[in-house]
Amino acid sequence: MSRYTPAEIMVAAAARQIKDGEVVFVGMRLPLLAFNLATATHAPHALGVFENGVIRDRPATAPIITMGDAPNQCQALKLCDLEGVMSLLGRGRVDLGFIGGAQVDQWGHVNTHRVEMPGGRFLRLPGSGGGADIACLAGRLLIVMKHERRRLVPQVDFITSPGWGPRPGWRQEQGLLRGGPAALITSLGVFTFPQGRAVLSSLHPGVSLEQATAETGWELLRDPHLQTTPEPTPQELEIIRRFDPQGFWTH
Amino acid sequence: MGKPMNKVKSLAQAVAGLVRPGDKVALGCGLEAFIPFAASHEIIRQGIGPLTLIAPISNIGIDQIIAAGLAEEVIAAWVGNVSTGVGYNFRRAVEEAQPRPLRVYNHTNFSITLALEAGSRGLPMAVSRSPLGSDIIRDHPHFQPFTCPHSGQKLLAVKALNPDVALIHVQRADAAGNGQGWGASGFTRQAALAAQRVLLTCEELVDSQAIRSDPDRTLVPGLLVDAVCPVPWGAHPSPVQGYYDLDNDFFVEYSRCSKDPARAQAWLRAWILDLPDRTAYLDQLGPARLKRLKMSHSALSSPVEYGW
Repeated sequence: MSRYTPAEIMVAAAARQIKDGEVVFVGMRLPLLAFNLATATHAPHALGVFENGVIRDRPATAPIITMGDAPNQCQALKLCDLEGVMSLLGRGRVDLGFIGGAQVDQWGHVNTHRVEMPGGRFLRLPGSGGGADIACLAGRLLIVMKHERRRLVPQVDFITSPGWGPRPGWRQEQGLLRGGPAALITSLGVFTFPQGRAVLSSLHPGVSLEQATAETGWELLRDPHLQTTPEPTPQELEIIRRFDPQGFWTH
Repeated sequence: MGKPMNKVKSLAQAVAGLVRPGDKVALGCGLEAFIPFAASHEIIRQGIGPLTLIAPISNIGIDQIIAAGLAEEVIAAWVGNVSTGVGYNFRRAVEEAQPRPLRVYNHTNFSITLALEAGSRGLPMAVSRSPLGSDIIRDHPHFQPFTCPHSGQKLLAVKALNPDVALIHVQRADAAGNGQGWGASGFTRQAALAAQRVLLTCEELVDSQAIRSDPDRTLVPGLLVDAVCPVPWGAHPSPVQGYYDLDNDFFVEYSRCSKDPARAQAWLRAWILDLPDRTAYLDQLGPARLKRLKMSHSALSSPVEYGW
């Protein structure tokens, strides 16, 4: 048995995407743990923005389940409203944002609205929340998702959060001035988007290329210098478990 | 026109007087916190519907109104259960028209805030860049792309929203309805100003002097408020800063019960329909549970000087 879970290596990989001093639109679940891990290790000056209106530079004062929980508001730098934090996005003051979803495609479009099923049925999902806003307006987008063939599809059924689009210049045509997916972090590896298309750049330890290919719905492109994702260190695991003591998200 | 100076009412009176069939109701304006569950439960108990529900990430408050068959339309950025993800009653209504068909107008957190902001300014539309490029705006009557006459940029005209009534929960208010809330507030300010009527619930009714001692803290001025109802624990199971934290177990239990339609109806009876009021709800939760959720780590702010 591995000494860490797939979710824990995803958190560690996501944390490495945060540079010191960056303004991060955080989100919940694994991205929140990644932000906490980054600020506790290599990015002590990263600033976290939560869409309910919280701006803070250090982890919540106790473990939390939602961004509205009392310990996430206590000791914040600023408590404001949706308009306040969304304006930071609109103004271009947010360096990166995290989102998850039910489906992602090779251009980094994310679907959190509806999944078509055989026989004309469909599954209704909760919707955008702030996901589409982050995908439209953040400097770069990081997508965090479980790696399954039904999730990594050639083309999403519904574009909730726009990615790079099927051709160069697609985002500009839509009216988007910046941004776009920088990385897709899955339970098997990490993709980057060098030309606006997903390219597998690292595989997590113990994951084979065959396995990743089988679980990817599009024709897998891989970096010629395919790497192995660094394992979370004991210190990183200790920090992740401190913020998710019951394993609510990482088990 | 001003509104009467003493607006204190029982929650049952306030809901009966301010919420009408066919209304557009804004709720859950504070996102994960301050969700006005006491008020939305009273709407369900009184069976007021059909309603249009307006919310950012509306959480299980909306899911319960849908389960009760009282919602015909939802205008929201996200509908589900913040602890566990899926809102099963919402899903059944959209996928299978159970217990009744539901129209959904999808928004994003930014676009729905801007729609209310426009409504709060008496304007017919707001301007946004998000969510251009998303399928949300396709065939959607609230979104119209246009070219900016000043810059030539492609932008979105977002239709204004004016709720008939906004349900808002805050920490404290005076009898005139000056509501003070602290903590991240979502689109509470915009919803209060955009709505025709405001029903305010609060943890504590305080003397007007407490409000005057810290006027910066007034989130909803009394001039916008029609009724104020003191309802301790009025946002449970959502958190209220300085009073109580999230009751995650309650959300998880609701998720488990709402998966199956018959059990969802049983949940509604057990926690809303068969209870006469909020006091009975708190009795059912029990003192041990409330004690566990109650604020236990004080964090007082430094006083500020308002003197001259």
